Amino acid sequence: MFIYIIKRLLIMLVTFWGITVISFGILHLAPGGPLSPLTDFNPKMTPEFREKLIKMYGLDKPLHIQYWNWLKGILKLDFGRSFSLDQRPVWDKIKERLPVTLLINSLALLLIILISIPLGVFSAVRAGSKTDQFFTFITLFGYAMPSFWLALMLMMIFGVKLQLLPISGLHSVVGYEQMTTWEKIWDWTRHLICPLFVATFGGIAGFSRYLRNSLVEVLQADYITYARAKGLPERVIIYKHALRNALLPMITLLGLSLPGLIGGSVIFETIFGIPGLGQLMWQAVMGRDYPVIMANLILVSILTLLGNFLADLGYALADPRIRLGEKR
Amino acid sequence: MLRRIVETKQGLFSLVILMTLLFIALFGPSFYPYHPNEINVHAILQGPSLKHPLGTDLLGRDLLSRMIYGARISLQVSVVAVGISLVIGIVLGTLAGYLGGLVDQIISRLIDIMLCFPTIFLILAVIAYLEPSIINIMIVIGLTSWMGVARLIRAEFLTLKEREFVLAAKIYGASTFRIIFRHILPNALPPVLVSASLGMGQAILIESALSFLGIGVQPPTPSWGNLLIEGKETLEIAWWLSIFPGLAILLTVLAFLLLGETLQDVLNPRRR
Repeated sequence: MFIYIIKRLLIMLVTFWGITVISFGILHLAPGGPLSPLTDFNPKMTPEFREKLIKMYGLDKPLHIQYWNWLKGILKLDFGRSFSLDQRPVWDKIKERLPVTLLINSLALLLIILISIPLGVFSAVRAGSKTDQFFTFITLFGYAMPSFWLALMLMMIFGVKLQLLPISGLHSVVGYEQMTTWEKIWDWTRHLICPLFVATFGGIAGFSRYLRNSLVEVLQADYITYARAKGLPERVIIYKHALRNALLPMITLLGLSLPGLIGGSVIFETIFGIPGLGQLMWQAVMGRDYPVIMANLILVSILTLLGNFLADLGYALADPRIRLGEKR
Repeated sequence: MLRRIVETKQGLFSLVILMTLLFIALFGPSFYPYHPNEINVHAILQGPSLKHPLGTDLLGRDLLSRMIYGARISLQVSVVAVGISLVIGIVLGTLAGYLGGLVDQIISRLIDIMLCFPTIFLILAVIAYLEPSIINIMIVIGLTSWMGVARLIRAEFLTLKEREFVLAAKIYGASTFRIIFRHILPNALPPVLVSASLGMGQAILIESALSFLGIGVQPPTPSWGNLLIEGKETLEIAWWLSIFPGLAILLTVLAFLLLGETLQDVLNPRRR
């Protein structure tokens, strides 16, 4: 187990390095170098000032030294200053938005797990029935649904037609200060229903479908037939024997679905006006705020990397073949 | 194989939808009376009617004609993007699977690294540096979606290269080139068909999401995604502008998905 963790950590380091190299490569994609957005459209930019900027950012040095300096900055969470009007340090901007995105994505992940497991079991034990076919049909919709359109539809139904739910922001603006704690929680909940619905819809479809298929397969295994022959109640067979084994690949899937989940933040945060990393990314792209874009890209990739590492650890803990260090 | 696909209900459904869509995209503009960018101040924000089957937008442009044109864009983007991802995926997967060793190590790590980037973030970052033109979007989607194909091909090569018929070809004196392209690759391709079909749907979803966010296909060129921008602005007064383009995306992606599922069943007798 210990060796396994060390090995995973080493691979993680290599992957982290790769992420920084690719990001650095994108940074130099801009024709005319990373400074061109700052200089090309600026009428006040004189050649002398350009030279000064190039010296200041160290762009006259060889590429590998530039990369090294850039990497050192990142490790100290120094992503430079934003190109936008406020010119604040990028990390400050990210710091205040990170909790929002983490909160929503953790809630979404939790909801996906809580909802898709019973759904998947429900469908798997009825494999082949009309209910199961209907379920399969619905999950296909979950895959094919454009999340931004789903968001629009929710806004139209709950916000405009029924006027039941707020469709923008994390909490009310007017009168928020005067609310009691419970009212505040209720206010947040109402604001989060639509974004969370969008964030979880595809995930629930994917997860429950995968679990259904995995469980159907496990239920055909010999040890299940044996358990049935022993006369164990069906409930025990499904929940104690089959589900545990069917859930094992889910842990890996959970890790793999993280990039999609975090990527979805861009869409629902932008549409619902939620001040998180996704919205920041969108604003930065629209405003060509390159330091913010880069920092965001690296940060979400590292979040994914960490998530995958945790999923690997979880898998190792859950699977005795790895936990006890047996060769697979 | 085509017959087997049509035999299943979902396969038939998906093929009918996709063929209709292809037909509309290719020939629709020559049959349909309105030009997608034709502004008509006398027909602003009209609901669906006989004259304008899907209604008109803020500038009195006919929604159906814009969606027909949008179908062209969406199909173009997805075909080219998937084409690029297939080429990269097949080349890298072949190299990794056939050569093995250090090459395999490097390519496999590269795949892991690429998979760590949330696709939307990666595409946004690249688009921010380039111009958000249709060509760039095709390329960027292609460059960020080849990993699945590469893994598939690699896995197929790993098993296929140990098989007897490859050994026989080697003994026979076939060149490496011939073994790869003539003997192994054709056998490794069927599962790639499935992932290509799923990839087409994905590409359409990504393109429309980007266009909706204002970072993809730029107005006045209509795409299903950027039509919905107007839909969002007029959510309270013109429901048709946000319903129909979204339905078009949903239906198309669903069709590609079902086609992929059907292919999987047809190609894998165990699942039938």
